[in-house]
Amino acid sequence: MSDHEYTPKSKAGKWFNDRLPLLTLGAHLTDYPTPKNLNYWWTFGGILTFCLMTQIVTGIILAMHYVAHADLAFASIEHIMRDVNYGWLIRYIHSNGASMFFLAVYIHIFRSLFYGSYKSPREVIWIIGLLIYLLMMAAAFMGYVLPWGQMSFWGATVITNLFSAIPLVGDSITTWLWGAYSVDNPTLNRFFSLHYLIPFLILGLVVLHIWALHVPGNNNPVGIDIKKPSKDTVPFHPYITIKDAFALLMFMIIFAGFVFFVPNVLGHSDNYIPANPMVTPAHIVPEWYLLPFYAILRSVPDKLGGVILMFSAIFILFVLPWLDTSKVRSAVFRPLYRQFFWILVIDVLMLGYVGAMPAEGIYLVLARVGTVYYFLHFIVVMPVVGYLEKTDPVPMSISEPVLSGGVKPSLARKINDKV
Amino acid sequence: MIKSKIIRLFSLVLLSFLPVKSLYSAEMIDPIKVDWSFKGLTGTFDRASLQRGFQVYKEVCSSCHSMQYLSYRNLGEPGGPEFSKEEVKAIASSFEIQDGPDDQGEMFTRPGKPSDKFKNPYPNVQAATAANGGAYPPDMSVLVKARKGGANYIYSVLVGYEDPPAGVTLDEGVYYNKYMIGNKIKMPNNLIDGLVEYSDGTESTVNQMAKDVTTFLAWAAEPELETRHKTGIKVMIYLILLTILVYLSMKKIWSRIDPKI
Repeated sequence: MSDHEYTPKSKAGKWFNDRLPLLTLGAHLTDYPTPKNLNYWWTFGGILTFCLMTQIVTGIILAMHYVAHADLAFASIEHIMRDVNYGWLIRYIHSNGASMFFLAVYIHIFRSLFYGSYKSPREVIWIIGLLIYLLMMAAAFMGYVLPWGQMSFWGATVITNLFSAIPLVGDSITTWLWGAYSVDNPTLNRFFSLHYLIPFLILGLVVLHIWALHVPGNNNPVGIDIKKPSKDTVPFHPYITIKDAFALLMFMIIFAGFVFFVPNVLGHSDNYIPANPMVTPAHIVPEWYLLPFYAILRSVPDKLGGVILMFSAIFILFVLPWLDTSKVRSAVFRPLYRQFFWILVIDVLMLGYVGAMPAEGIYLVLARVGTVYYFLHFIVVMPVVGYLEKTDPVPMSISEPVLSGGVKPSLARKINDKV
Repeated sequence: MIKSKIIRLFSLVLLSFLPVKSLYSAEMIDPIKVDWSFKGLTGTFDRASLQRGFQVYKEVCSSCHSMQYLSYRNLGEPGGPEFSKEEVKAIASSFEIQDGPDDQGEMFTRPGKPSDKFKNPYPNVQAATAANGGAYPPDMSVLVKARKGGANYIYSVLVGYEDPPAGVTLDEGVYYNKYMIGNKIKMPNNLIDGLVEYSDGTESTVNQMAKDVTTFLAWAAEPELETRHKTGIKVMIYLILLTILVYLSMKKIWSRIDPKI
C-alpha cells in the first residue's frame, strides 16, 4: 500500500471520504507505485479484467434472449444469431471472448512462472489466481453446454461422468449433478444458473487478487524487491494505464480478427448440430483451452486414476510456492530453470495437441510422456534445480545496475534489455 | 521492436493450436476448394447465385430438407438473395402454412406470409426419418457451419457421387460418395444436368447448381456475413488508428521517465 495520506480538496469530498474513504481508494489506485521496468507480459492483468467485463456484459445481454430448455436452447441461439439486433456480434464476442480470456490467462500464468511471481511474499495472490482459473474452467465448460449442440451434450456427458469414478458414491453423485438419469433438461437448467453465478464469484476473487497484489506490490522482470515509492517506480496512472491501454488495444485487434473474420474457427462444427442423445460424435473433444487436461485424463487407462491425475495437475500448482526452492525469483537470472521453463511450455502445448487427437497409438504415448514430464517438472525439477543451480548475479535495484559479483554495469544494462 | 516481439509470440501461441483443427479426422479426403465470392475479409455473396441457389433449394432440396430457422422475409433482407418485396410475398404465398387454432379451436391452412418460417416438408423428425429410409435429412439452416470443411464440403458431396469401386457393396438405398465421411450416403444423387430452368438463362449444369445451392446454404447459415465483414473492416481501421494514437501518447508520457520504452 502506498503510505501517503490523502485529503480531498473539496469540502463535500472530505465529508464523504471521512464516512466512506472511496476517494482515498481512488487516490491509492492512481498513485500505486509500480516498478518502472514492467514489460508487456505484465499487461495481461488489465487485459484479463477487460475480458471478464466483456464476458459479463455480453453474457447478460445474451441471457435476455436465451432460453435454457433442452427443446428450445438451440433454437434460441439461432434466434439470437438471426433476429436479435446485432445478436450475432454479441454472441460471437462472448464465444470467442472465452477463448481470448483463456489465451490471456495462460500467458498471465506462464509469465508468473517465468518471473517467479508466485514466490514469497506473493503466494496468496497466486492461490487466489488459481481459484479464479478453476472457476473460469467451470464457467467455460458450463457455457459451452448452453447452446445444446452435439459437443455441448457429449462434452457435458463425458465431464460429468468423471464423477462416477468416485468409489461407492460416484453414481449417486453423478445422478445428483445431472438432476436426472442422464444429461438432460435439469442439467441444462442448473448449468445455466451456475454459468450466470460464477462470473460474479470470479469478479469477487479478482478484487481480492488485486487487493493482495497491492500489499507487496508488483513483482518485476528483475524479480528483486524494490523500495516503493522510489526512482524504481512510477505511479500507476498515467504510466501503467497508458501502457496497459496500448497492449489491450493490440489484444483487441486479434480479438476482433476472430470475431469478425473467423468467428467459428475455435469452435467445433458439431456444435451446430442440435444435441442428440442417440448419436455419439466420432471424436468428443473439449474446447482447446481444456485440451492439456483432457490429454492427462486420457493418458491413464484407469478412469479413477485419470480423474485423480487430472485434478492433481491443477492442484499441484497450489503448492508451487513451496516446491520452488530457489532464492532468486526471476528466470532471467536462472539459466538452468529457464530451460526447464521452456520445456514445460512445450510440454503443455504438446499435451494440448494430443488432447485433440484420438487416444491411441503415438498420441497416447506422447500423452503419457507429456503427463509424466508435467508432474516431474513440479515435483522434482523445481525443488532440485533450486538447490543445484548457480544463478547469475542479480542487480541491487532496477535503476542502479548492479551488483555483487563484479560484473560490469554494461552487462546489467544488457540484462535489463533482455527482460 | 517490442511490438513485433509481442506479435510474434501472439501468433506463435495462436498457431500452436491451429494445425490441430485440420488433423481431426485423417480418414476423409480433402473437399474440393472452390473460390467462393464470400471468402476472405471482404467477401460478399453473389446475389444472382443466391437467387438461383434458392430456386434449386425450393425445387429440389426442400422436398426432404427443412430450413426451420429461416423466414421468408429473410429472402428480401440486405446481404441475402435480396428478392424484391413483391417477390418475397409471392414466394411466401406459394406455400400453404398451417395456422390456428381459430376461434372454433380448429387448425386451418392459409397462404404463407413473409413473416412465416420456411415450411417443413415433414410434420416431425420421425416422419422425415421414416420417409427417407431411416436417415433423417438434416435441417439445412446451419448445415454449412455444422460440417467440417463448410461450403467446400457441401459442394464436394453434391458433386461427389460415383459408382462404388470394385469390392464395395452397397445396401439398398445407400449411395457411394467420394467426399462423404465413410463414403456412404443415404441421399441419392439428385442433381442432373438441366434439372432446373434458371430464369436468368444460366446453364443448369450439376456443378452450377451445386455451386448455387451451396452459396445459398452458406448465406442461410451466416446471413450476417456481409454485415460482419463490413463492420469488421471498420472496427479494424478504428482499432489500428486508436492503437497508433495510444502508442504515441505512451511514448510521450514515458519519455519523462525512460525514453527507451
